[in-house]
Amino acid sequence: MTTTPDVVPTGNRADEIQIYDLHKNFGDLAVLKGISTVVRRGEVVCVIGPSGSGKSTLLRCVNLLEEPTSGRIFILNEEITDPDADVDFIRTQMGMVFQQFNLFPHLTVLENCTIGQTQVKKIPRSVAEENARANLAKVGLADRTASYPAQLSGGQQQRVAIARALSMDVEMILFDEPTSALDPELVGDVLGVMRDLADEGMTMMVVTHEMAFAREVADRVIFMDGGVIVEEGHPDQVIGSPREERTRTFLQRVLDPTHASPAPQAGGGDRSQPPAAG
Amino acid sequence: MSSTATVAPRVTRAKISPRKRARRIRLVQYAVLIALVVLMIATVDGRQVQSVFFRPDLIVLTLQGVPHALFNTLAYTLGAFVVGLVLGTILALMRLSQVAPYRWLASIYIEFFRGVPALIVLLSFGLLSVAFPGLRFPFDPYGTVWAALGMVSAAYMAETIRAGIQAVPKGQVEAARSLGMPAGMATRKIVLPQAFRIITPPLTNELILLTKDSSLVYVLGLTTAAFELTKFGRELSNSNVNLTPLVVAGFCYLIITLPLTFLVRRMEARQQKAR
Repeated sequence: MTTTPDVVPTGNRADEIQIYDLHKNFGDLAVLKGISTVVRRGEVVCVIGPSGSGKSTLLRCVNLLEEPTSGRIFILNEEITDPDADVDFIRTQMGMVFQQFNLFPHLTVLENCTIGQTQVKKIPRSVAEENARANLAKVGLADRTASYPAQLSGGQQQRVAIARALSMDVEMILFDEPTSALDPELVGDVLGVMRDLADEGMTMMVVTHEMAFAREVADRVIFMDGGVIVEEGHPDQVIGSPREERTRTFLQRVLDPTHASPAPQAGGGDRSQPPAAG
Repeated sequence: MSSTATVAPRVTRAKISPRKRARRIRLVQYAVLIALVVLMIATVDGRQVQSVFFRPDLIVLTLQGVPHALFNTLAYTLGAFVVGLVLGTILALMRLSQVAPYRWLASIYIEFFRGVPALIVLLSFGLLSVAFPGLRFPFDPYGTVWAALGMVSAAYMAETIRAGIQAVPKGQVEAARSLGMPAGMATRKIVLPQAFRIITPPLTNELILLTKDSSLVYVLGLTTAAFELTKFGRELSNSNVNLTPLVVAGFCYLIITLPLTFLVRRMEARQQKAR
């Protein structure tokens, strides 16, 4: 069931994200203990697992917001972990959507979606704005281009964040718990946009607690615990009939929190955003 | 823990209610204030005071030269502020740098120029062209003042700017970097604009302090054309053996500083609301 190929790297550009034996320590704490997986073009991979299992750290290593302790990561066949790699260029092909949105508060919605294009990719302003408007329309916010992030609801802000990533014309998007900071009634809008993206064939790696979304949209689910991949496969299998005891325990807690077994500290439901690892 | 710790202290009811007491204290304060005012009116010879501080003919004379002196005060202040802002930003970035020697250098600079009186720095800069023959600041004496006062205020501003940069959430840099921005661009386009927005009130306070510090340039040997408010007022006071010109000059500082303090208060109120 493992998706790790024998040849490193595969040399196939369609293997967009290739991760080999990734380790990450924070001081003495080993957060990732040898993660290997490949995300293919158009694939939607949902990473689930309890808090502190290392899933957010894994995602942040993929675009090098966290420096891996060891291991190799290839993006579109280019090694981002290579000390000589042009990390900034590789990042322009890969969007990231954060739990806390991280929109630029001093810029309007439109400027949030154009600044990367004009500053990094040197695209003329008029073209960039046209591009940004198209993507804002796609997430249903065509009429809010002149607003500032503080004037928007959390769900609207997160959709702007998705439009910002799309405006860079990326090959893939990483989602780091995109709905965890939202009021429950706003989650649906964001998940709807993500579902549309998946249908259009966007490559997506999504760290999430939304089991229904994972089950419905994901092509593959990775269950992580204690810094390793415990189980991965089709969502119907991993979520529907998990093989591993740890997966079963976790899903029981998440899907039916009121009947959770003891050890409430590992509950996966709501959480007040831990710093980096998650 | 002994059991005596749990015994509640005996509460005795005050003889007069706290509210009554507060009112009595306030009444006493008003009484003292009124007494002071009455005493002043009774003892002070208004005519005498006017002849020392507010002689009408000297007020008119002084006002004629005020625009030029006011311009010079503004020129010294704004120039020094710009130097301080640029240098302060560089120092703040050095303090936050990964490179340890940068941090050390910036710390030494900041501690030195915060600890030394501005007057001494200004005096030293005035003699710099003697110590280093051939060294001349452009737009002398403006250049000398801009450099000296600017370098002192940079030390103060650096700490303010550093605090502003640190107040910008880390996620902002992460979002910028994930768009492919190099670190320098993320700092310039994302972090600094937000940092300066946060620290506009304290920076405006720095501008007010600098306006008053510009009076220190009197220690430099200046030509009449380069006189700012204080120096101008002093010269006129000395030649007329009367304080009126200096008092007029002093009021002129309020023309600059009062609108600024008003501005700071409004900005702070707006920031409070935005929070």
